[in-house]
Amino acid sequence: MTQQQLIISGVGGQGILFITRLLAETAIARGVPVLTSETHGMAQRGGIVVSHLKIGNFTSPLVRPGQADGLLSLKGETVALHSHFLRQDGWSVTNSSSPDRAQFTVDADAASLLLGNPQAVNLIVLGRALAEPGLLFCNLEEVEAALAVKLAAKPRLLEGALAALHAGITG
Amino acid sequence: MSETQRVLMQGNEALARGLVEHGCAVATSYPGTPASEILAVIKALQQAEELPMHVEWAVNEKVAFEIAYAASQSGLRAVTAMKQVGLNVAADPLASAAYLGTVGGFVVVCADDPGPHSSQTEQDSRLMAMLYKVPVLDPSSPAEAGELAGKAFELSEAFRIPVMLRPTTRVCHACQDIAPGPLQRLNRVADFQKEPSRWAATPVHRYRLHLELNEKLRQIAAWEPTAPLRLNPGAGGKRGVIASGVAAAHARELLQALGLWDELPFFQVVQPYPLHTAFIDEIIASYDELLVLEETTGVIEMQLRDRSRVRGKLSGVVPEAGELLPEIVERLLAEFAGLPAPMQFTPPTGGGRRPTLCPGCPHRASFYAIKKAAPKGIYPSDIGCYTLGLNLGGVDTVLCMGGAVGQAAGFYQAYRITGQERDIVATVGDSTFFHACIPPLVDAVVQGARFVLTILDNSTTAMTGNQPTPAHGTPQGRSVNIEELVRGCGVQFCRTGDPLDLPAFTALMKEAVTFSHTDGVAVVIARSPCLVDRSVKQPRRPQVNVDAAACTGCRLCTRQFECPALLYDAVSNKVTVDLMICTGCAVCLEVCPTKAIGQV
Repeated sequence: MTQQQLIISGVGGQGILFITRLLAETAIARGVPVLTSETHGMAQRGGIVVSHLKIGNFTSPLVRPGQADGLLSLKGETVALHSHFLRQDGWSVTNSSSPDRAQFTVDADAASLLLGNPQAVNLIVLGRALAEPGLLFCNLEEVEAALAVKLAAKPRLLEGALAALHAGITG
Repeated sequence: MSETQRVLMQGNEALARGLVEHGCAVATSYPGTPASEILAVIKALQQAEELPMHVEWAVNEKVAFEIAYAASQSGLRAVTAMKQVGLNVAADPLASAAYLGTVGGFVVVCADDPGPHSSQTEQDSRLMAMLYKVPVLDPSSPAEAGELAGKAFELSEAFRIPVMLRPTTRVCHACQDIAPGPLQRLNRVADFQKEPSRWAATPVHRYRLHLELNEKLRQIAAWEPTAPLRLNPGAGGKRGVIASGVAAAHARELLQALGLWDELPFFQVVQPYPLHTAFIDEIIASYDELLVLEETTGVIEMQLRDRSRVRGKLSGVVPEAGELLPEIVERLLAEFAGLPAPMQFTPPTGGGRRPTLCPGCPHRASFYAIKKAAPKGIYPSDIGCYTLGLNLGGVDTVLCMGGAVGQAAGFYQAYRITGQERDIVATVGDSTFFHACIPPLVDAVVQGARFVLTILDNSTTAMTGNQPTPAHGTPQGRSVNIEELVRGCGVQFCRTGDPLDLPAFTALMKEAVTFSHTDGVAVVIARSPCLVDRSVKQPRRPQVNVDAAACTGCRLCTRQFECPALLYDAVSNKVTVDLMICTGCAVCLEVCPTKAIGQV
């Protein structure tokens, strides 16, 4: 069975819950069990927000330090804060304008301003992860399908979301 | 929706759905993390399925409790949902309702916050259940929260007793794939049966009711549907592990990861109080050593009558504060089983960033004006987003909901009797004002206290996800006006201003401070909508820019005004604007002493 443990982190307001749930729904569409843990409350006011996502046969909603397969960092500074969650051979995809600090980077702030959509950083980083084959448990088509279900009633938001995902893929 | 289709559900959503699936007719709540989503989900289900329910955001948890309790007294199934500190507010009716009992199933959902992540305390509400003598159920996952919602109604109706359902943050805010069940419609009608010796019991009857309650608890401690679960019947040996809540979910996964699943007998306690009597007898007789894992206090542990062979919080092995994170559970299990200590990963110390008021938040302007009007004042504050006025030095105390008003009066009296004068400016939110500030405001007026109360009115309960306040009214009711309420409390100075108009608002604050020197309580209502409230159309305003030539790098705007959209660059000694988040509120134009900030 598909198994993957991910940490997704950034700052309150960046849409971390949105992509955590999007990936969880992508897993469910595959018929795989999923557990997530979200940050709510005061931290959502500009503090550090972290989601745990566990796909496969798990019962605990939290990823232990040293066990995550990957880290999606929507704000470069969270790599230093959360890389202790990664396995020794774990990967990270980071929103950063300086590509030296992590394995995979994308300047999602700049790309989102180019798109005229500062809310799109989350999907740009996710797109960057999908551009590297074999990192995530799922592929672009599956994520697009989950997005289409999630935003079925909001065609304009869906269009913007798909554009952001693709901006991440082309870097 | 087909029954077999699995959907992603948050713990609060699964719990809410479980309640409605089992015929809940009345649901009440006051928002508070981590319980806030429960009522919103019930409301959405009621509307989508056109269910004949009453669903309300009550003015506070005590009122919420009483409304739901009366529905139970009328024979309907009812729930009231709150966070753990909310139960402190509703403790009075809970204590009494335990004696009186119930008719329709009555569930008190009380969400605890070990950590704590977004609370004043990490109190264990299972101790409240013990104190007031009501049974409590402790779900370990979102799916189980949904299942136990149904069992809680069943238990409540079997014994005519309020039942507490206590999820924690890691259950409330976990998500899981769950197959929704069908919605039962019970079609009951309200039918209150008069029984004054119960429902209006005097002390002489309360003694009888207490005996009755004790007998109920004895029977509940033998009720099969909530008995502890033996999850690995194949494991033998004389050392056992007992866990409840999310600690049981961690332990279940880690016993397998550590290869101990077939070694250590593992019990999940579903009902920590009253702990099943037969279970207590069995484990004490059968095991040489027991490890108990639970959050946050040793509630299960303290009910094990012979603790000489028990390792837990009371024995000093398991931490008594903070979350039992899976890495802690892993270490405890390895130690207990005599395995080598697992590798420890130390998270970095420092770094991170503190939460802050949103860019463009009107509260930031209010705090800035308060500091200008009473620079040497004492600033009691309260529970809400505006607690983050701490970052600007505009908040000196945070105690509990409504505490700012009582404390402001208390500071005044303490200084008065010692012959001193001190400006006191309290801040409370609009929802907090309705929740718990009216009795202390009446008290302050009656006692002649002198201070300024600033009601930060952003027309919403912002911190918990923008729930409505009584000022919104409801389709079937009327709205309640804050100004009228303040005047009705006997306050002689009540003025409203827009904090985003900083010069005018600062002048108003100064006037209020002057009034409070001689005449008593002055109330200023700082009215400007919340910027993250999606029910309000947000203005589109041009972003600001900084004239680098005029910026002296004084950092007043980043330190005293503390706007996260203004960034200080140490190399150039200039401030720049973060265009990702600037909302164009333009209050900083008034803050900058050299007028270096402009707006296109």
